[in-house]
Amino acid sequence: MRHLMNPLDFSVEELDRLFDLANDIEKHPENYAHKCDGRKLATLFYEPSTRTRLSFETAMLNLGGNVIGFADATSSSAAKGESVADTIRVISCFADIAAMRHPKEGAAMVASQFSSIPVINAGDGGHQHPTQTLTDLLTIRSLKGRLDHFTIGLCGDLKFGRTVHSLINALSRYPEVHFIFISPEELRVPDYIIDMLKEKQISYEEVIKLEDRIADLDLLYMTRVQRERFFNEEDYVRLKDFYILDAAKMGMAKPDMLVLHPLPRVNEISVDVDADPRAVYFKQVQYGVYVRMALILTLLGLEE
Amino acid sequence: MLNVGQIEEGFVLDHIKAGKSMEIYHYLGLGDLDCTVAIIKNARSNKMGRKDILKVECDIDTLNLDVLGFVDHNITVNVIKNATIVEKRILKLPRELRNILKCHNPRCITSIEQGLPHIFVLADEEKEVYRCKYCEEKYAPSSNLDMR
Repeated sequence: MRHLMNPLDFSVEELDRLFDLANDIEKHPENYAHKCDGRKLATLFYEPSTRTRLSFETAMLNLGGNVIGFADATSSSAAKGESVADTIRVISCFADIAAMRHPKEGAAMVASQFSSIPVINAGDGGHQHPTQTLTDLLTIRSLKGRLDHFTIGLCGDLKFGRTVHSLINALSRYPEVHFIFISPEELRVPDYIIDMLKEKQISYEEVIKLEDRIADLDLLYMTRVQRERFFNEEDYVRLKDFYILDAAKMGMAKPDMLVLHPLPRVNEISVDVDADPRAVYFKQVQYGVYVRMALILTLLGLEE
Repeated sequence: MLNVGQIEEGFVLDHIKAGKSMEIYHYLGLGDLDCTVAIIKNARSNKMGRKDILKVECDIDTLNLDVLGFVDHNITVNVIKNATIVEKRILKLPRELRNILKCHNPRCITSIEQGLPHIFVLADEEKEVYRCKYCEEKYAPSSNLDMR
């Protein structure tokens, strides 16, 4: 049985098949409207995440399936002290597939070890959020037509942002991707990522000012500086508005540069950018549903 | 000079750093086994000055020595059968350590899930780096080896 814990669990070839399926779903949704008739997805959300949970639930409903689950730990048996292992053994009797969000790192992996149904990691603390990475890759592949030979700028909190780390790891498997890391000194990309890039001889640069390199980018991945990552409010306040992408900066960018963001955004992208056709962060949300539909079909063995 | 008799079948672990034999005893779980064990501390050694030696008389299939590669790969492992050395085993870093290291990441699922084994997986053989199977926290030499 197949689970998804980490975006690297799928080979590049398997991802290609998954993205082809997602693109076919996008073009012909009617062909998939009953693929999961009679099947159930359990969304086991031990911490609130409205966006991810609704995306999973929409994906299953679009496939004709049903959804059960809980949206926070207080309304589950976890509040009574039930282990993740026991919860998934019980849920395996109710549903055909599960998506789990948990504040503890590795929780979904524990679930997969005790489960008799496929488990999707829908975020485990600050560790992995593989379906966000699949969403990012599908968005880039669909709108750029490829996942190789481009320059991508990653801007903002590159230290704590797990979506950024996962995306760098995933893109490092494709040829000729040049990374430009744009962050304040305090939020630089961690050493282990830099070590990985050096080992694989992948080119990268680290800069502080977005304006210096925006003209060279084919893709710009913006991130939010998250208040909960800081121990001291003063540092957060100083860094939260370090980068603001606005129409003036967009004027310096290539006409076909795409702007992505895992959302929610706060101040880092000015609302005057939203109408720019290069701003694709809301399309990205739609691709998130397609890729989760493709993933559910693949893990249930219904992709053919 | 202290004399300890020959063993018929089992292991002689030689060149253990002086004073470390009890640690090895615990890692191998020898206290739980019903076998004869001789612990020789601070024996004279030309190579090391002082060393410890452990002699364990047991069926050679009963003992998993993988952990020794992690604790000290300079230990010499002599495998004994019919009172003669039949193999000198070369120690390697084990691919996986189960309940040897404890994950100290407070955000790791092992911090709350009852009965879950602490498993560390060899991530980089050259740099001798292990990572927690669940949260991928790196094993740092300052971590306590406090499972036993």
